[in-house]
Amino acid sequence: MAPEGRGWIVRPAGADAVIALSGDWVGRVSGVEAGASRRILETGARGLAFDVEGLGRWDSGLIAFLTSLRDAARQSDVAFDEASLPESARRLIDLASSQAAAHSRPPRSPLLDCVGLWAIAVAAETMEVAALIGDTCLRGGTALRGRAAMRGIDLIDCMSDAGAGALPIVLLVNFLVGSILAFVGAVQLRRFGADAYVASLVGIAVVREMAAIMTAIIMAGRTGGSYAANIATMQGNEEIDALQAVGIPVFDYLILPRVLALTGMMPILYLYGCAAGIFGGFVVAVAMLDLSPLSFIDETRLAISGSQFGLGLAKSLCFGALIAIVGCRVGLHAGRSATGVGRAATTAVVVGIVGVIALDAVFAVCANALDI
Amino acid sequence: MTAQPNGPKLQVADLTVGFGDTIVQHDVSFEVATGSIFAIMGGSGCGKSTLLKAMIGLVRPSAGTIRVGAEDYWAASDERRAEIGRGFGVLFQSGALWSSMSAAENVALPLRMLTGLQEESIAALVAVKLALVGLGGAGDVMPAELSGGMRKRAGLARALALDPEILFFDEPSAGLDPVMSRRLDDLIRELRDGFGTTVVLVSHELPSLFGICDDGVFLDAETKTAIAHGAPGTLRDECAHPTVRAFMNREGPPGDQARAGARHGHS
Repeated sequence: MAPEGRGWIVRPAGADAVIALSGDWVGRVSGVEAGASRRILETGARGLAFDVEGLGRWDSGLIAFLTSLRDAARQSDVAFDEASLPESARRLIDLASSQAAAHSRPPRSPLLDCVGLWAIAVAAETMEVAALIGDTCLRGGTALRGRAAMRGIDLIDCMSDAGAGALPIVLLVNFLVGSILAFVGAVQLRRFGADAYVASLVGIAVVREMAAIMTAIIMAGRTGGSYAANIATMQGNEEIDALQAVGIPVFDYLILPRVLALTGMMPILYLYGCAAGIFGGFVVAVAMLDLSPLSFIDETRLAISGSQFGLGLAKSLCFGALIAIVGCRVGLHAGRSATGVGRAATTAVVVGIVGVIALDAVFAVCANALDI
Repeated sequence: MTAQPNGPKLQVADLTVGFGDTIVQHDVSFEVATGSIFAIMGGSGCGKSTLLKAMIGLVRPSAGTIRVGAEDYWAASDERRAEIGRGFGVLFQSGALWSSMSAAENVALPLRMLTGLQEESIAALVAVKLALVGLGGAGDVMPAELSGGMRKRAGLARALALDPEILFFDEPSAGLDPVMSRRLDDLIRELRDGFGTTVVLVSHELPSLFGICDDGVFLDAETKTAIAHGAPGTLRDECAHPTVRAFMNREGPPGDQARAGARHGHS
């Protein structure tokens, strides 16, 4: 970094020193010289004065130099005579030191405190989620009897967004999953001459697992993330504070319609997903594996039973409630900034997907125990 | 200090700004002298902020020219306009600090992205800018933890990052208490006196208009154009236009003479 014309020379004057400044001191071009004040003070002068004959254009680069020099001079009891500096520069260095508002961050706490605080936070979080689930059950009941402070139009809006709005992508993904299952299954089954069982493989996999899981993952990304971002933005705009100040219950007004809508729509989406998945398998089986359409349909009907649909429906209800509650809860506790909103959306999607899969494992164990 | 060419720093000629078919202001002309504090005045919703956005390159005017120094700002290529824009510092209404960065990082970002300076230099420049706005010890604080007034100060420090030749302020006093707003006014004047920066500010705060502005233009919401030019104090005392008089003297609407007279008598 070549200082363009910027320069200073120390000229001794008895016990004092005169610093002759020269050239252009433009901060964004030539920067600020590190250690300049130290080197000036090392000359051992008892007082500093300035000569600005040769000084050209200057901006905050010069101010930075002068303030650091003055602070260093003060610390080592060297007189700092600013009289010969330009009037405007004197004002600025006064300004830079006059009102230093001290605002320091609290020091970092030790590891033990961190662990303790973390444990307390986890406990509090668990309590809050439990309270939220409880609230949802209680208020949901009230809402179904039409007595909650929830606007019907909000519920309808949320339902159309979480239902009809999501249908195309749910159909597409489930169709593809069904056809992939048929492909993979057929290649293996053909080795045993059991091609015909492709239909039952696709049917059982789709109805028991894939339709519910895939739909839930889509909805976690699509709707859970949007709930979180939406509520977090409202939080940042103080819209939620405004609701509270007016006396509208936030839970009833904001969260209940979303949770009810998603919980209500998920089983329907699940059924559509089942149909699309089985159809995907059907297309692959008939078009590529030379299975007859009728035998595929027969085989499917034999393979899947009502209890399997029941299991899938129960799962999708739980997944829907989980995703909606996670999304709202994360949104309500997001920071009030752009970063906070982004983080809330990410957290809602990640927690939603992981939660769905964990819950599915619980369901698998239960179904096994109950022989479904 | 900086050797400035004589003549106006900014020249706005017959400028028309608007969105789509809606015209917000038309045929606005004024000049901003180098080193002056210039006020764009007018009631709420008259298009002051849109005019400011045209001046800082955010809204392309539908007609007219803005000259920065000798150069036509909007006729320049995108790159050239960005280059001219580096000579601008803008303080937005609520500070507009980047919320993922601390105050010091906010100030450092323009220096880091747009200059080739080394970290030590950047740190020194950031420190002096934060000290200038009175936030010397608050560099590590995140914007969310700053109060409204401090956020504005941090925003001002960021506007100063590249030592701009022109500083734009959108409603500097909005949301500040009278004392804070007075301190910010003083700070604007100190910085102007110190660095010789030209300042353009959009405001309808009478005390700060009278306190610091050397010159200005008054925009009218009804006729959608500039109806008066001059320093706010002069406009208050001498302007004959009823809308301007009412605004500057904080009277009722111009049609409402009786009430306006009564208020005037009180004050």
